[in-house]
Amino acid sequence: MIHFDNVTKTYPNQSRPALENVSLDVEKGEFVFLVGPSGSGKSTFLRLILREERPTEGRILVAGKDLARLGNWKVPHLRRRIGCVFQDFRLLPNKNVYANVAFALQVIGKPRRFIRKVVPEVIDLVGLEGKHDRMPDELSGGEQQRVAVARAFVNRPMILLADEPTGNIDPATSIGIMKVLDRINRTGTTVVMATHDAAIVDSMRKRVIELEFGKVVRDQSRGVYGQAY
Amino acid sequence: MRAQFVLQEVWTGLRRNLTMTIALIVVVAISLALLGTGLLFVKQVDNTRTYWQGKVELSVYLCTATSVSPQCHQNGPATSSERASILADLRKLPQVKYVYYESQQQAYQHFKQDFSRDPSFTRLVTKAEIPDSFQVKLKNTQAGFGVVAGTVQGRPGVDQVVNDASILSKFYSLLGGARDAVMIIAVILTIAAVLLVANTIRLSAFNRRRETSIMRLVGASNFYVQLPFLVEGVIAGLVGWLIAAGLLVAVKSLGLDTLQRYFPYDIQLSVADLVEVIVLAMVLGVLLCGITSFLTLRRYLRT
Repeated sequence: MIHFDNVTKTYPNQSRPALENVSLDVEKGEFVFLVGPSGSGKSTFLRLILREERPTEGRILVAGKDLARLGNWKVPHLRRRIGCVFQDFRLLPNKNVYANVAFALQVIGKPRRFIRKVVPEVIDLVGLEGKHDRMPDELSGGEQQRVAVARAFVNRPMILLADEPTGNIDPATSIGIMKVLDRINRTGTTVVMATHDAAIVDSMRKRVIELEFGKVVRDQSRGVYGQAY
Repeated sequence: MRAQFVLQEVWTGLRRNLTMTIALIVVVAISLALLGTGLLFVKQVDNTRTYWQGKVELSVYLCTATSVSPQCHQNGPATSSERASILADLRKLPQVKYVYYESQQQAYQHFKQDFSRDPSFTRLVTKAEIPDSFQVKLKNTQAGFGVVAGTVQGRPGVDQVVNDASILSKFYSLLGGARDAVMIIAVILTIAAVLLVANTIRLSAFNRRRETSIMRLVGASNFYVQLPFLVEGVIAGLVGWLIAAGLLVAVKSLGLDTLQRYFPYDIQLSVADLVEVIVLAMVLGVLLCGITSFLTLRRYLRT
């Protein structure tokens, strides 16, 4: 599903690459934790998959498509197959829960009938049934993140990228978010989640890829957050 | 394409940016109105020129019993032999295309026609006071004037030689000057309008950067991301144009048509002329706003 082949990314005006010679594969339906200290290249990894950045060297394939050969005008179509969740939720403050989720479908031109059918389903899936009319500032952090997950998943992407989704949420609520992500993973969606949250990584027992100074220092199936000896 | 959704986004954008939108509409309206006014002036000048093209260019006025100029006083009214010799001499000149004699009766008729709007004036003037004249059409508009005038000027029976073009040139320069001034202001304002459109759209894009970043993230096409802004710009352009169209109708009916009354002839612009200018203003307004929005967005919303 995601294939990195000797990928190096050096940002302009920086001597040290943000990612260096990264080669890895993420299969369809996998759940992958991306761990490592700040500045180790986790976000760059995610941005490369979205083609918000282009690699300096190496090749990236996402869903069988070579990103280097993907024309600019095709990038939106790539992004429709990838859902995104962020630490800061990125909800629209002037739209309610339903409108925030529906927005993702409206802007890609989905028919109204389709939107009216799938949006309530996804809101139920993330556990926000009955809260369609709430505005983001009336929701807790955990609930806001559930809305963000619903928005990322509403178009049934093949891949869900999560950049520290529990970073702004207390541990108890984080477990709820992880359950939602796990549920989404069980539908066959590949999930890649960058995180600092050791407790979550340890409890989930999924594949762990550790980055340090832009290099993969560990790639372990059913791994834990800290170094395993 | 979900029209309802796009229009909703456009409405939000315009409302959030209200002061800037109003400023934009006003500037677009004024610059289009001025540009249109300039064009109307151009048309007015053209029409006036065409009107006078077929007319006589030189009038040789003859002395009558009531003429007040010293040479008429000295020589008395023109006699029929003087008329005949003047006519013969004029016809001999190579610069002259043709000459005809306008009697006092004919001149009086023309006078009454030209000043038909001002009956109190025509009532004061009697037929005897209107001089008869030779109306001379020249072959080469201005070049022959000196020669022809020199031939007859000061001869017994001739009161004065008048170049019609010299009367008109005052009117031309008045209209031409007004047109140039209007055009210069219009161009400056159009530049201001372009900058204002760019600024308004940029501000609008900044206000909605959350929306646009999410749109890009979930895979909205560039067209879909840009469309609301583009429509915003074009709507502002259209509203500005509507106001400008109203102003142009006023300029024609209250300005140019009224101005005509101060001149002894009646050359009004047709409704078709006005419509043409208004349509041109619309095309210009929409293109101006649309293209500026598009170029601004390309720089601002680049992926």
